[in-house]
Amino acid sequence: MADPMKIRASLRDGVVDVRVLMAHEMETGQRKDASGNLVPAWHITEVTATLNGTPVLKVQWGPAISKNPYLSFKVRGAKAGDTISVTWTDNKGDKRTDEAKVS
Amino acid sequence: MKPQRRMALHATGAVGLAAALTSLGLLTPGQALAQSKAFQAKTLADTLAALGATGAADSRDIVITAPDIAENGAVVPIAVRSNLAKTEMIALLVEKNPALLAGSYEILAGAEPDVSMRVKMGQSSDVFAVVKADGKFFITRKEVKVTLGGCGG
Repeated sequence: MADPMKIRASLRDGVVDVRVLMAHEMETGQRKDASGNLVPAWHITEVTATLNGTPVLKVQWGPAISKNPYLSFKVRGAKAGDTISVTWTDNKGDKRTDEAKVS
Repeated sequence: MKPQRRMALHATGAVGLAAALTSLGLLTPGQALAQSKAFQAKTLADTLAALGATGAADSRDIVITAPDIAENGAVVPIAVRSNLAKTEMIALLVEKNPALLAGSYEILAGAEPDVSMRVKMGQSSDVFAVVKADGKFFITRKEVKVTLGGCGG
């Protein structure tokens, strides 16, 4: 099971600035290991963010996103105490969901 | 009190409809297929075609925030903001990567068209941001130089 995400959701002037740091290897499938074999691709393909259960952002990623991906986005119309939830899915079907409160 | 209550009802109705459409998956299957094609594409023209963005117009209302010179190609911080009304989608392309498309971001109700990420770049290259706003596609570019090992680009 993957490590938890770090999520910060800070409210300023009615806009929530959400910053997410995920723990993931993000192998491109281009790299070779010490014995010259290709390391198979292993990366996050999809990220969904919701505010109080309503989707606000849907992300599709390729292997070009850096290791331990960082994502930030902004959401209008949220209040302190609202729940921001982020879910990622990788190309092996692994999933992880984490939540944070807006503050 | 009455008009206010009516407005509140309208507002919740709109949110509920959007949520219902998404949960029914009406918006996703076709797009998901097109996306996977776009991630395979090896040239700018092919990628734009897979995104349905052939002939995207140049726009100054899209702002790419990225370093002019990136020291480490494995971690290049890039932010894309769109000042276009009704922005629905933002995609980031790195021209000289094996596959151009790095990520695409669907901006749903409530989210601002302003995202940032960190991408890998194999070498110095132009970076393109493609934005879909009000059904039309717009594109802008920025050059990012990568100095791997610090020997200049």
